Amino acid sequence: MSNSNSTEIIRAGLKKRYAREKRFRLFGIASLMISFAFLLVLLFTIVSKGWPAFQQTYVKLDIVLDETVLKVNNKSDEDALFSANYQKVVRESLNKMFPGVKGRKQKRDLKNIVSNSAAYTIRDDVLENPDLLGTKQTYWFLAKDDIDVFMKGKIDRDLPEDERRLKDYQFEWIDKLIEEDRLEKRFNTVLFTNGDSREPEQAGMKGAIMGSLFTMLVTLMLSFPIAVAAAAYLEEFAPQNNKWVDIIEININNLAAVPSIVFGLLGLAVYINYFGVPRSTPLIGGLVLTLMTLPTIIIASRAAIKSVPPSIKEAAIGLGASRIQTLFQHTLPLAMPGILTGTIIGMAQALGETAPLLMIGMIAFVAEVPTGVLDPSTVMPVQIYLWSDSPERAFTERTSAAIMVLLGFLVAMNLIAIMLRKKFERRW
Amino acid sequence: MPTQTILITLIALLIFSYFIGHKRSIAVSSLDKGRRNLHSRPHYYGYMVAIWAGIPALLILMLWSAFNSSIVTSLTVSGLPETIQAESKDTLGLIINEVKNLAVSGQIAEETDAVKRDAAYHYQRLQSISTLAKTVVVFVAALLGMLFAWRLINPELRARNKVETVVRWSMIVCASIAILTTVGIVFSVLFESIRFFESVPPSDFLFGTKWSPQTSIRTDQVGSSGSFGAIPLFVGTLLISAIALIIAVPLGLMSAIYLSEYSSRRVRSFAKPTLEILAGIPTVVYGFFAALTVAPFLRDLGESVGLSVASESALAAGVVMGIMIIPFVSSLSDDVISAVPQAMRDGSYGMGATKSETIRQVVIPAALPGIVGGVLLAASRAIGETMIVVMAAGLSAKLTVNPLEAVTTVTVQIVTLLTGDQEFDSPKTLAAFALGLGLFVITLLLNFVALHIIRKYREQYE
Repeated sequence: MSNSNSTEIIRAGLKKRYAREKRFRLFGIASLMISFAFLLVLLFTIVSKGWPAFQQTYVKLDIVLDETVLKVNNKSDEDALFSANYQKVVRESLNKMFPGVKGRKQKRDLKNIVSNSAAYTIRDDVLENPDLLGTKQTYWFLAKDDIDVFMKGKIDRDLPEDERRLKDYQFEWIDKLIEEDRLEKRFNTVLFTNGDSREPEQAGMKGAIMGSLFTMLVTLMLSFPIAVAAAAYLEEFAPQNNKWVDIIEININNLAAVPSIVFGLLGLAVYINYFGVPRSTPLIGGLVLTLMTLPTIIIASRAAIKSVPPSIKEAAIGLGASRIQTLFQHTLPLAMPGILTGTIIGMAQALGETAPLLMIGMIAFVAEVPTGVLDPSTVMPVQIYLWSDSPERAFTERTSAAIMVLLGFLVAMNLIAIMLRKKFERRW
Repeated sequence: MPTQTILITLIALLIFSYFIGHKRSIAVSSLDKGRRNLHSRPHYYGYMVAIWAGIPALLILMLWSAFNSSIVTSLTVSGLPETIQAESKDTLGLIINEVKNLAVSGQIAEETDAVKRDAAYHYQRLQSISTLAKTVVVFVAALLGMLFAWRLINPELRARNKVETVVRWSMIVCASIAILTTVGIVFSVLFESIRFFESVPPSDFLFGTKWSPQTSIRTDQVGSSGSFGAIPLFVGTLLISAIALIIAVPLGLMSAIYLSEYSSRRVRSFAKPTLEILAGIPTVVYGFFAALTVAPFLRDLGESVGLSVASESALAAGVVMGIMIIPFVSSLSDDVISAVPQAMRDGSYGMGATKSETIRQVVIPAALPGIVGGVLLAASRAIGETMIVVMAAGLSAKLTVNPLEAVTTVTVQIVTLLTGDQEFDSPKTLAAFALGLGLFVITLLLNFVALHIIRKYREQYE
């Protein structure tokens, strides 16, 4: 009797239990979905904000290179040509197009339709070919960031006048320019060919990309050989139950978990203040990032070396190879795909690292594109940080675009790592 | 010769010495019974000559470059008039900097101060002497090494063994760099912290509740009580980390349970890497996302329900940090859950338990130590995380546990203290190192405990 009784009890509870089972399962799916949703929202925000930055508005102006206004002619020497007031011809051209602009502020706003790089564009042209002086040329200039932001539909015309960046009279000018087909959106090459600038429309990330490249080069050249040598030693030569070896292993594991900013403190106190390595350079950045990436590469390389079957090593030793010969001629070549995968992943981490680089002066404003490891420079993530701090609306857009470029590099590196693993992975 | 040129020339020299070593070994071997009586294969003799030429020269070059600037500076200082040498350390440092800038600028003749002008010329002269001497010493060392090794070569020389010894030792040195790094971290933060605690008593730092390093720039205010109390920073850090864990632990754990216990292999092979993408996104991107999207969203949300949420609220930074550490929690939990033996699950099913009952009452309790370890690791990540809080959390230290207000964290303060332009020796910059020491110790302890728990747990089922 009691037996069937407990069966009854269990049966009565079954419905509830199955419901609970279902709920639990749903929780699992939901948390997975929420995590994915976060990822999607993150990527969507970045892409939707950054997409417009790949386009840039240009203004077409007819410039009369008047020799009397510029006070030079085609016989003037290079210095005079270099320092002539090209800003003035740009202004005159705008004045001619929009006669009757009164007042200081309005005049300044009129001048600010085009970026101040316009004068440099003309200057470079004239320097190259002084015979242009006295002629009338048509130029496409970079539009100032406010105009650019408006052309991308980010400024609402219907707002009250004192709540928006552009005033009514500026809209009249823009309308006239649009009517005459003088405004055009093109692919934003400036973003990839210029260094940083205080003017959003002239700011590019070539300096940061080159800085990252040099920094990564230093990191790779130092961390790869050191990490592979360390991993090979720990896997193949280190004596068992040796105090020193134990300490090394504990250290490597701990270093992998030290907050990155602490490495920045180390770089500041030891490299810069003690050894006098120059600040803000890819060299110091690479030195600091090397210490950070070492544990990652060492751990991956050890796993790769361990997976090479002992029979191969034993065969080599049996044929008379020394242990070092076995390592360099058999073990390492066979472990190389795994080591390279780990290296690429470590480099991808280093490429996205920001915090320690702030400590060692890579946060400085650098307009020039670096040409070597000893030039002051910044790197991509720090450039993103710097731009995100700028109040101009156009910089927000460029920040997202820079993030997209950085993520592009990271995706490419990870894809290469995955492909390497797929292509060369061998099960013994 | 600048260092880069020396390096390139040296490399060319090394390649050359490899070839002459190689050639010499063949030459000496063919004198009598041919190449067979050579102890090692010819290229080992080449390597040996290159090692003899390269290692001493490279070591000299490295040490010289490392200590060049400090030696030249101290020589320049001793060349200054004694009245200036007697100045305080700060003033002296300032003068030296001016002199250096003068020497680099190349406009020494235009300087009006005769003392500085002389010092700059002196500095320049010392620099050029040092560079010349470096070039000469490095190349002499390289050539002597090369010659010495070249003369050593004879058929009985065990070149391979020698090369292999060097290789083995350099591998040991490479492996020891991890120790050097740790030592470097400890010493750099420890020494600067000790100097900091000379001007600010440790008790003020550890138990003070007021943090305002800006007010104590003037020397007569140094050590004035309460300016360097780190409690608000640590409370802020813990608050943001706690919010992050509240987000990440349930989501990460449930995702891991679903992926390891319920999902099909196909879903798993797609979902796991997708989740890991979250870990691969640079933190500066999360910071931008937090500051530009999440914080305004939370502020507007708060406004609509009548709450005032600060635009740099701890909540925004915490939520985004939580998103970032989801994959840490999930992949670590996944590992430990998969390590629970199948027999335990089968036993539970055999008793008639449903899958969720098995998970909740058998698998999770069994995996709990590992999960706790994973959570601790994630917490140490969150505490040390910098960019998200630098971009999305506040700057002013407020002692509060209200997540809707702006708080600041240890890492934010380190960055703000060190990225401005200030004297390196002021207590303000040294405070950053004391904070760094605190951070290092806390994360180290957390990791140590976490790894210990995980290891203990693994042993249990092996």
